[in-house]
Amino acid sequence: MAIAIRTAAAVNQKTLTIAFVALLGAGMVFLAGHAQSAALHDAAHDVRHTAGFPCH
Amino acid sequence: MLKNMLAGALFAGFAAGLVAVLLQFAFVNRLLLEAERYESGHVTHFSAMPSGGGHDHAAAPAAQPAQADGHDHASHDHGAREGGIDLVRDGLSVVFSVFTYVGYGLILGALIVLARDRGVPVKPGHGLLWGIAGFVTVQFAPAFGLAPELPGNAAADITLRQYWWFATVALTGFGLWQIAFGGNAARVLAGVVLIALPHLWGAPMPSEHWGSAPPELAALYAARTLAVGLVAWVVLGLGSAYFHRQDAA
Repeated sequence: MAIAIRTAAAVNQKTLTIAFVALLGAGMVFLAGHAQSAALHDAAHDVRHTAGFPCH
Repeated sequence: MLKNMLAGALFAGFAAGLVAVLLQFAFVNRLLLEAERYESGHVTHFSAMPSGGGHDHAAAPAAQPAQADGHDHASHDHGAREGGIDLVRDGLSVVFSVFTYVGYGLILGALIVLARDRGVPVKPGHGLLWGIAGFVTVQFAPAFGLAPELPGNAAADITLRQYWWFATVALTGFGLWQIAFGGNAARVLAGVVLIALPHLWGAPMPSEHWGSAPPELAALYAARTLAVGLVAWVVLGLGSAYFHRQDAA
C-alpha cells in the first residue's frame, strides 16, 4: 500500500515536472515570437521573420 | 530530473539557436534588408509603382544584397540599415534566436521524456526524426498557410494569424504524435485529419496582395527561412535526443 502510494506520487511528480518544463518552454516561445509589445517586437524582429512567426 | 531537462534544453537550444542565427546572418538578413529598402520606398518594384517613379530593375537588381548608398533610413521603425554589421540589431538576433530555441528545446525535451517514459526507445540518432517532426510542427505546417513574411508583404490581421498559428501548431503536433505513437490505423487516420484540419479551414488571408518587394525576393526568402528552420531543428532534435537517450535515463 505504502509502496503503491509512493509510486503514484512519483509518477505525479514526473508528470508535473514534464508539464512544467513544457509550459516554461511555451512561455519563452510566446515571449520571443508572439508577444506584441513594441520593444519585444523590434528586438526580436529578424528572428521572428526567420523562424516563421506571424509578424507585423 | 528537472535539472536534467533544463540542462538538456539549454545545451541543445543554445546549439540550435546559434546555428539558426549564423545561417540567418549568412543567407536571410540580406533579403530582409533588401525588402526593407522596398518597404521604405528607397527602391521600388516596377509593378508596385506603375508610373515608373524611382529606380527600375536595371538600376537596382532585386536579388542583389543591400549596398550602402548614403541614404538615410532613420524614418524606418526597424532601424533598417544597408549591409554591414549592426552590433545591437545582430546582437539581439543572437539573444532571441538562442532564447527561442531553448524554449523549443524545453518543449521538445519534455515530449521526448514523455515518450521515453511510455516505452518509446530513444537513441541519439532518433533526434533526427524528432527534429524534423518539430520543424514540420512549428514552421513547415504554419508556412503552408501563412507563407514566411518578408517585410512589406500584405498580410491579414496579426491577432487572427497568431490564433491560426497556435491552432495549427497544436493540431499538427498532436496529429504527428498520433501517427508516430498511436499504434493503430484509426489513430493514424485521426492524426492525418488533425494535421489537415487548419488548412481545410484556411489561414487568414489579406483581402488583396500588395507586397512591396518583388516576388522573386519573397520566394527566395521563404525557401531560405524554411531551410534555416530545418537545419536548426535537426540540431535541436539531435542534441535533445542525445541528452535524453535511454541509457542516460
